[in-house]
Amino acid sequence: MRSLFKLASICGLSLIAASCAGEKDRNYQYFPDMYEPVGYEAYGEYDIFVNGQEAKLPAEGSVPRGWMPYEYENNLDGFDAAKAELKNPLPYTEENVNEGAALYTIYCAICHGDKGDGKGTLVNREKILGVPSYDDMGRAITEGSTYHVVYYGLNSMGSYAAQTDEKERWQIVHYVMDLKNELEGKPKRDFMTPDEIAHWEKAGIAGDNANNKAQESADQNLSKEENN
Amino acid sequence: MRHSNSRFLLLALAALFFFSNPSFAQDAADSPSVEENTTPVDEAGLEGDVSAGKDLFNSLCAACHKPYKRAIGPALHGVTEKRGKEWLYSWIKNSSAMIEAGDPQAVAIYEEYNKVAMNAFPQLSNSDIDNILAYVEQPKPEPKVAVATEGAAAAGQGGGAGVSTQVVLGILAFVLLLLLVVLFLVNKTLTRFAEANGVVIEKDEKTSKPIWKAFVENQFLVIVTTVVLLLVGSYYVYGFFMQVGVDQGYAPVQPIHYSHKIHAGDNGIDCKYCHSSARVSKQSGIPSLNVCMNCHKSIAEVAPETATEDYSKEFYDGEIAKLYDAVGWDPSTQSYTGEEKPVKWVRIHNLPDLAYFNHSQHVTVAGIECQKCHGPVEEMEIMRQHAPLTMGWCIECHRDTKVNMQGNEYYEKIHEELSKKYGVETLTAAQMGALECGKCHY
Repeated sequence: MRSLFKLASICGLSLIAASCAGEKDRNYQYFPDMYEPVGYEAYGEYDIFVNGQEAKLPAEGSVPRGWMPYEYENNLDGFDAAKAELKNPLPYTEENVNEGAALYTIYCAICHGDKGDGKGTLVNREKILGVPSYDDMGRAITEGSTYHVVYYGLNSMGSYAAQTDEKERWQIVHYVMDLKNELEGKPKRDFMTPDEIAHWEKAGIAGDNANNKAQESADQNLSKEENN
Repeated sequence: MRHSNSRFLLLALAALFFFSNPSFAQDAADSPSVEENTTPVDEAGLEGDVSAGKDLFNSLCAACHKPYKRAIGPALHGVTEKRGKEWLYSWIKNSSAMIEAGDPQAVAIYEEYNKVAMNAFPQLSNSDIDNILAYVEQPKPEPKVAVATEGAAAAGQGGGAGVSTQVVLGILAFVLLLLLVVLFLVNKTLTRFAEANGVVIEKDEKTSKPIWKAFVENQFLVIVTTVVLLLVGSYYVYGFFMQVGVDQGYAPVQPIHYSHKIHAGDNGIDCKYCHSSARVSKQSGIPSLNVCMNCHKSIAEVAPETATEDYSKEFYDGEIAKLYDAVGWDPSTQSYTGEEKPVKWVRIHNLPDLAYFNHSQHVTVAGIECQKCHGPVEEMEIMRQHAPLTMGWCIECHRDTKVNMQGNEYYEKIHEELSKKYGVETLTAAQMGALECGKCHY
């Protein structure tokens, strides 16, 4: 009888020990020397930083590689100017539109709807209201105004500059223009052929953005090498 | 007599069904909106179709206006008392033209609301505008207290099944305990009676050996027991060592109760909407609060139907208030105060420093669903670590996963060479070298 009791208590104790990792606390580690990073980890908490915060805003005036300033200001004049004159620097290719569609599905469709008619899931569930359709006459969106609004936000819509980069925003703009065309019942645009792209880039419409793209692809190659 | 009796019973049954029907509570919750639509508009002295106005308001105006609360633009309830109808028609159709023309009222309101220009709505006819005005001029609906309690009652009914099993178990345990006590007491009384009556209870005198002595003397039994003990013991010891440093199931209390279930599950927001850096960088970033504010600028409180048994609407509203406090948003003036308090989220998934993991490589290049590693996050009210994040777990997936090389020039040559080498059509990540030590440990 006593040995049975001992057995039971041993089993019980080891069970308790094994289930020590409670839900609210981290489990303990054995020799965590190589577990803890020597360098500062993203979002880490270290005394050396103000507020103990490793996550910081970039130093004032610094820009990421390949970043180009956006020249239009976040006010009514800037909006009107962008709406009137700003054009998409990316060629209208299938690849760009598909990438734009994927990004649109992640960031925009939740409110603006898969068709761009302003009937996304959040609107249908009456969480967010008043999302206009892309063929709204009063707004009459253009490539420039779409980019401007994605960059700065407008009224209830927030800025998406933090979640997307310049190229991605322009890809989204391509897709939004497609959706607008579809809503207005206009025919689909033809994708640019390589010749057209070469001619179009030479014509200087793409301007600085072409250089920028070259820079970006160089960056990507670099990061690929790093990954490998 | 008998006939009327059965009829009465039938009636009672019908009543029972009617009241126990959970949809009854929902009907009650819906009814105010029906009333809204049917309330006579004459009170505000406006003729217009309220329901048509509601549709127009929700699709065109609600982005910036709320009927009873200031948003980006002013609250619209009572606007017909402040301004003339003609003024409203021309303002709504093209407000910026009025501001440019120097209409004093127009300029004043433009200045008051931080010079945010209202969109022009040339597509609205005067009767459309009448409908919208009729909708916003409805009296504010009373707080739905009665509905809320009924909803709570319905929720209680809904959760009845879960509670009742526990109650039944509890009652059973109690009855068992009671039986034990009764048995003990009966035994005690009987012994006392026996003593009182002079009956001698025969003690079961052991003439044979005690059981443990018999056990020790039986060598076969001893060996078998030892082996069993050792096996069971090593099972637990092994299990104990293997879980050291593994945080599977870790679900810490976060500073703001953020429900992935509501956001990613019910509302179907893409994971990458908030964790956008998972697409392009090593880290799947914790979204900064401006991402929250993309939506919560206009969602200051949850809908009554978002509340659950465990978490009330007040609780959720309080959590949104915490967000406003942290990001420095003043809902009453609809502007940022500039006083920010960073939120100290508790990190859940944390690989040891000795292992390298890159999100973009898995999310963008391999196209793996987030749920593959993080589990059914869209069902988690409280976020927890789903996978063990051990090396064996990584390797298992690398062995099983077929690499999708379709239409990817990058892989063309290596696929040709490797598939020849291994004699297979599709390659797994492991065959591509995903088991090399140096891939993750360097």
